[in-house]
Amino acid sequence: MGSLTDRYKDNVLFTTSDNIINWSRRSSLWPETFGIACCAIEMIAAGCARYDLDRFGVVFRPSPRQSDVMIIAGTITKKMAPIIRRLYDQMPEPRYVIAMGTCAISGGVYNTYSVVQGSDLFVPVDVHVAGCPPRPDALLHGMVLLQEKISASRQSKQAKDSSQPPLTQQSANIKENV
Amino acid sequence: MQDPFPLANIIDNFNGRVSVAANVTDMPCVIVNPQDLVELCLFLRDNEMFKFNFMADIGGVDFYPNLPRYQLVYHLYSISLGWRLRIKCPLDEPPTAPTITHLWTTANWHEREAYDMFGIVFEGHPDLRRIYMWQEFEGWPMRRDFPLRGYKDKYNPFGAERPGEGKSPIGDIL
Repeated sequence: MGSLTDRYKDNVLFTTSDNIINWSRRSSLWPETFGIACCAIEMIAAGCARYDLDRFGVVFRPSPRQSDVMIIAGTITKKMAPIIRRLYDQMPEPRYVIAMGTCAISGGVYNTYSVVQGSDLFVPVDVHVAGCPPRPDALLHGMVLLQEKISASRQSKQAKDSSQPPLTQQSANIKENV
Repeated sequence: MQDPFPLANIIDNFNGRVSVAANVTDMPCVIVNPQDLVELCLFLRDNEMFKFNFMADIGGVDFYPNLPRYQLVYHLYSISLGWRLRIKCPLDEPPTAPTITHLWTTANWHEREAYDMFGIVFEGHPDLRRIYMWQEFEGWPMRRDFPLRGYKDKYNPFGAERPGEGKSPIGDIL
């Protein structure tokens, strides 16, 4: 431990369980290694040395079973949508979704017969990152926004005046519609 | 300097069944009916003067509302002699053409693409399934009477109404 040895006396810290849970969740957001189109190139750049998502605790995982975040990076064709939904269903809760780029948000310029017009038609989206494609900085900002969202959420108790159903309920509702 | 392409040789061999498309300037181009297509391709592949050993591409065209409505466009390349040739093959409704998969194996996927996008049926094809769209997809998206935005469903709220439910999609496009 070197420089920390004998520096502090024994301490007791007081905090809320929400704080602890949210701190741990937001500090290790592991996304799936899953790119669909050109936005994936920017996502890869964001993960590499220059932008370095790792310093936010964002480490790409090769399996949905180990992931917390799904970054939908690219155009979603109708052929691909059921596969994305399955990957989402395979992620353990709590799980989050970032829709990266105009195509994932709204279908973008591809208002055609083969493209899904927005990923919120089949998965619940937490953060929309605008751009075509968004620069890596924009994805970093999206990650920070997601961390802020997690920080502000209550885990131990559901807020009584909340008009929104809990997240698990929301995803169940959307699943029924698919 | 390369010798000129022996186009007259093809025309003579097929005795009026193959004609030259005179308005094409970028490469030699011939027009043939589907019943003579396989014979022409076999001739072009095996004849020592041509040696078209590479089938580069198959494209589909929809000329709606003109007739004949459909056309297949084949591009051949002779690797040893450096020649390119385009073959145009007009098709009536319903569009059917003989397969050339047994001449060039690569034609398999090209023909599946033409089937997927235009609904052109290739007789004798070993595995005629859709290649881009999913198997349950209905319609032929590159035909001119198919709406650009597709038909309305839960993934595509901006699509056109199905025929019979509203205005005809043909009216919106043409």
